[in-house]
Amino acid sequence: MNATLHRRDVVGELLKDRKDLLVVAGLGSTAWDITAAGDSPLSFPLWGAMGQAAMIGLGLALAQPRRRVLVVTGDGEMLMGMGALATIGVQKPANLSVVVIDNGRYGETGMQATHTSSGVDLAAVAQACLFTSASTLWKTEELGPLRKKIHDEPGPHFASVKVLAEKIPLVLPPREGALLKNRFRRALLGESADLI
Amino acid sequence: MQPSDWPLEIHRELTAAGVTLVGYVPDAGHKRLIELCHADKSMRAVVLSTEEEGIGLAAGAWLGGQKSVLLMQSSGVGNVVNVIGMTKECRIPLVSLVTMRGQQGEFNPWQVAMGQATRGVLEAMGTIVHEANSAEEIAPTVNAALRLAYNSYVSVAVLIAQRVIGIKSFQEQTSQ
Repeated sequence: MNATLHRRDVVGELLKDRKDLLVVAGLGSTAWDITAAGDSPLSFPLWGAMGQAAMIGLGLALAQPRRRVLVVTGDGEMLMGMGALATIGVQKPANLSVVVIDNGRYGETGMQATHTSSGVDLAAVAQACLFTSASTLWKTEELGPLRKKIHDEPGPHFASVKVLAEKIPLVLPPREGALLKNRFRRALLGESADLI
Repeated sequence: MQPSDWPLEIHRELTAAGVTLVGYVPDAGHKRLIELCHADKSMRAVVLSTEEEGIGLAAGAWLGGQKSVLLMQSSGVGNVVNVIGMTKECRIPLVSLVTMRGQQGEFNPWQVAMGQATRGVLEAMGTIVHEANSAEEIAPTVNAALRLAYNSYVSVAVLIAQRVIGIKSFQEQTSQ
């Protein structure tokens, strides 16, 4: 099957009316995608730490069990930290979802093929790692049910959304790590977070 | 004089500092502390696939307002090098308690390179290193590391010397 979905449409749909959802994005294209959907202090877009997006999501989900947490990351980033799927599956955080925007490419470095373009199945890995749900999505109509899982259904959830390998304009979030961290903690924990 | 029960003393320091999340890759030297953390209902102990995951876990926890520590062996320090940079860039507090190998009396030659490089690697990445070279020093050093990290938003590692842990042979390690 060939991918037909556009990544910005997918992320825009998943983040539509995001309410108090906490969002972590892996470095590169997915950080630009969540920014294109509308920057928020409750978004933590990574500019480095490749392989750690899902684990940051786990730490956040364990610290904030009453909030829903979404990790949006790329296939290359997820492949680098695949052990995190096992760690998350064992911890079973009901409030965490990991969505891979899978174009089968390393998008920031010249569109080289990742393992998923050769058929490596990340959803099957997540399934084997004890996620509550794990699926590969190809169609627009599958995004609404995924969004409902992210917001309302006990997880952890995993989805790999197959998207076109396309070069699209960068939409950059702030770069400074301390700023991104401080704005997130203030928005989540209140101004008293500065004094902890 | 009674021998120091330093894992219990570390656990007390973690409790007093409000640490509620403990990420770890097992090490024989941390065996008792890991058991204490698992038995403590006010803490969540999370076993990791690789030490690198512990940096992500700690960063996410701090974003969510929770204090954590990372337990690992010196070999694990080599696995966290790039991502520990995130703690510096974001000014995320991090406390790593590292049991040392490749030091005094090491029996496994494959531990020596990383053990000898541990301090240098951590310092090269901007982590402040405290050494604890006797059992009595460990709890006060962990106390100081927790204060420094969480009051000053920095990464601090406590290196617990191999001679304190006292493993002398592979046979002794596996029979623990």
